Amino acid sequence: MTDILFIILCTIGSLVTLVAAVGILRMPDFYMRLSVTVKASTIGSGLLLLCAAMYFNVPDVTNRAMAIVLFLILTAPVAGHMIGRAAYMGKAKLWKDSKLDELEGMYDEDHHLRSGQSKKELQENDEKKADIQP
Amino acid sequence: MTNQLFTNIMLTLIWVMLSGNTSIPNFGFGFALGFVILYLTVRGVDNRRYFYRVPRLVRFVLRYIYEMLKANLQVTRTILMRKMDVAPAIIKYPLEAKTDFEITMLSNIISLTPGTLVMDISDDKKVMYIHTLYYKDKDSFIKYIRLNLEIKLLEVIR
Repeated sequence: MTDILFIILCTIGSLVTLVAAVGILRMPDFYMRLSVTVKASTIGSGLLLLCAAMYFNVPDVTNRAMAIVLFLILTAPVAGHMIGRAAYMGKAKLWKDSKLDELEGMYDEDHHLRSGQSKKELQENDEKKADIQP
Repeated sequence: MTNQLFTNIMLTLIWVMLSGNTSIPNFGFGFALGFVILYLTVRGVDNRRYFYRVPRLVRFVLRYIYEMLKANLQVTRTILMRKMDVAPAIIKYPLEAKTDFEITMLSNIISLTPGTLVMDISDDKKVMYIHTLYYKDKDSFIKYIRLNLEIKLLEVIR
């Protein structure tokens, strides 16, 4: 009975990774490729490790699997963020059908990022926050 | 707050040592037991915050896993469909989180949700630039992130 659970977890984990690989091929620009792969690799390897931990069911395997998942969750988003930032600074182009790019022109020449918030905009944002909060 | 957490962990360790079984479920059971004991013994309004925070944390983690699975399914469908229904955009998101720790946790969580990726945070920590795959309009996106992720996260860690 538990075998079925292992099979399901393993299959979903590898399918997620496979879909991410297909995504790298199909996505039209760099940022979308990055967006697809970072999470899928985390979720895919997380599921596979979970499956391994449950299958062997001894403390040292379980502990190691948990440590690996923890570090994956902590590091993968940071890596994705840094790669994306580097790509934008290296002027990798966005897809031609992109809807909106609010980051354009916000970097100073020495790579400092402005928020571009004038006093009036800040006030408007505060008002919006007040609206949204339940 | 930290006091209660340490006491709870100590109670968990004592339980695990006494029962002599170091499996994960036993740790969980020990923690729950310690939590109940603390709930029955701790007095004072200030110390009570701990008991609101732990259930909130559990609820937040469950809710986040649900959101992540939902978004993951959406991205999977997008990739496998013949004609991709994507509308990528980079959106400026005004931050409510103030300290470095809060902003780090928030950007980690946003980056882990499929379909969204944090591009950069401005030097004065007022706004965050987020790349998304599914852009409809700016306000609904900002509202979605704020209601589903930021407020819930700040409830837990503040």
